[in-house]
Amino acid sequence: MLKILKYSFYDLIRSRWTYIYCGFYLLFTLSLLWLSSDLSKVVISLMNVVLLLCPLIATMFGVMYYYNSREFTELLLAQPIRRTSIFFGQYLGVAGSLSASWLIGTGIPFILYGVFGSAQAGNFFTLMLVGVALSFIFSGLAFLIALNNENRIKGFGLAILVWLFFAVIYDGLLLLSLAWFSEYPLEKFSLTASMLNPIDLSRILILLKLDISALMGFTGAVFRKFLGTGFGMSVSLIVLTLWIILPTLGIRRVSLRKDF
Amino acid sequence: MITIHHLQKSFGKNHVLKGVDLAFDKPGITAVLGPNGSGKTTLIKSILGMVLPDDGNIEVAGKSVRNRWEYRKQIAYLPQIARFPDNLTVKELLSMIKDLRGKAASDQHLIDLFELTPFLGSRLSNLSGGTRQKVNLVLTFMYDCPIIILDEPTAGLDPISMVRLKELIENQRAAGKTILVTTHVMSLVEELAEEVVYLLEGKIHFRGSLKVLKETYGESSVERAIASLLEQQKNTPAFSSNGQPAFVTA
Ligand SMILES: Nc1ncnc2c1ncn2[C@@H]1O[C@H](COP(=O)(O)OP(=O)(O)O)[C@@H](O)[C@H]1O
Ligand SMILES: [Mg+2]
Repeated sequence: MLKILKYSFYDLIRSRWTYIYCGFYLLFTLSLLWLSSDLSKVVISLMNVVLLLCPLIATMFGVMYYYNSREFTELLLAQPIRRTSIFFGQYLGVAGSLSASWLIGTGIPFILYGVFGSAQAGNFFTLMLVGVALSFIFSGLAFLIALNNENRIKGFGLAILVWLFFAVIYDGLLLLSLAWFSEYPLEKFSLTASMLNPIDLSRILILLKLDISALMGFTGAVFRKFLGTGFGMSVSLIVLTLWIILPTLGIRRVSLRKDF
Repeated sequence: MITIHHLQKSFGKNHVLKGVDLAFDKPGITAVLGPNGSGKTTLIKSILGMVLPDDGNIEVAGKSVRNRWEYRKQIAYLPQIARFPDNLTVKELLSMIKDLRGKAASDQHLIDLFELTPFLGSRLSNLSGGTRQKVNLVLTFMYDCPIIILDEPTAGLDPISMVRLKELIENQRAAGKTILVTTHVMSLVEELAEEVVYLLEGKIHFRGSLKVLKETYGESSVERAIASLLEQQKNTPAFSSNGQPAFVTA
C-alpha cells in the first residue's frame, strides 16, 4: 500500500492544481495576517473559508483522481497487489496531498508570524487539524461515490451534491426545523444534528477552542452547555474521527465487491 | 495449474457465464475462442480476480483465488485494451511496475525485440495503438511466470511485430508454460495452439485439440470448422436437456 500511496502522492503533487490550491492558501493567509494583527481574528476568517473550501476541493479532487486513475487502477488490479492496498493507497494519496497543501499553505505564514510563541498556538493547531480532517472526510466520501458510479458525470454530480448538502442545505434545514418546533426543547436534537454534519462539527470544535460565545451559534452554545468545553471538544474530535473511518470502511467494502 | 469449476457470472440481467468448467493442467497453448461478447475476457478477468464470480470456484496451483492476491505472481497477463496512465512516459511506467512487483524483470531484450528504445521517453498518451500494444507486451513478458494469459495480443500489431510475438509465445511454450490466448486471428490459432476452447452462450461449447475440432466438423481449417460449428449451432440447440455441452471431447 505504501508504494501505491507514494505513486499517487507524487502524481498529485506534480499536478498544477495542487500548486494552485496551496498557493491560494498561502496568499490568502499572508494577506489576512498582513491586514490584521489579531491572530484570533485571522483564525476565524480562515475558519469561515476553510469550512467551505476544504470540503469542496477535497470532493472535487477525490472524484477526479478516482476517474482519472482508472487506467492505472486496472493495471494495478492485475498485479500481485491486494485490492484494498490499491484503493487505500490512492485515497490516502489524495487526502495526504490535499492535507499537505493546506498545512503548507496556511502553516508557513503563521509560523513565520511567530504563532508558536503566542497565545494563539492552540487555536492555530485546532484549525490545522480541522482542515486535515475535512480533507480526509470529503475526499473519502468523494472516492466512495466515484467507486459506486461508473458514470463520471453522475459521480461528479452526486459528490458535489453531497458537499452542497453538508455545506449549505443542512444548516438551512436545521434552522427551519428549529424554527418550526421552537416550542419544544431542541437541545438534544440539535446536538445530534450537528454531529451528523462534519462541517458543523468542525465549526463547533474551533469555536469551543476559541471560546467566543458570540460566534458560537445555537448548536455551539448547546454543545458547551451540555458537554462543557473540554468534553465537548473531545466528543467532536471523536465524532470527526468516526467521520473519517466511515467512508474508509465504505471504500473497503465496495472495492472488495466491484468488477473491473 | 488452473481449475475452473462451475463459474457463473452476470452483469445485471446479462448472464455472461452460465456454469463454465475448465481445467488447464498441462503446459502448452490453449486458444480460447468465441464470438464477440461471449465472455472470453470475463472468464480471463475472473481468473485474475478482477471480475468476481457470482458462483463457482477458481483454483490456481491448487488454491482458491477468492480474496487472494499472491497467486497473481504466477500469472503474466496481457489485457485486451492497453490502457495506461496518460501522464507517464514508457520508461516511468516500466520502472513503476518493476518497483511494484519487486522481482527482477528482464525487459531490455523485449524493448529491443519490439524496437521501443526511441519511445522510452515518450508519454503513453502520445503513442499509437500499435506501439501501446508493444509496451503492453513488454509489461506482460518481462516477468518469468508459469502461467501466461493473453487477451487479443495481436490487436494493432504490424506484421513484423506479429512474427516476433509468435516467436515469443513459441519460446514460452518451449519453456513449459501454461498459456491461454484469446484471438480472432485464426491463423494464429492454427500455428500456435494445441487446444481450442470454444465459448458460446455462456458455456463451453467445444473443447479439444485442433485435429479433433477439424475432424468433428469435417473441415480442413480451424476457420471453416468454427464456421460450421456456428452454422450447426443455429440449426440445432447446442445443449441437451441435462445441460451438458453437445460436443466436448477430451
Ligand atoms: N464490467 C462489466 N459491466 C457490465 N457488463 C460487462 C462488463 N464486462 C463485460 N460485460 C458484458 O459481458 C459480455 C461479455 O463480455 P466480454 O467478456 O468482454 O466478451 P468477449 O471478450 O468474449 O468479447 C458483454 O455483453 C459485455 O457487454
Ligand atoms: Mg474480450
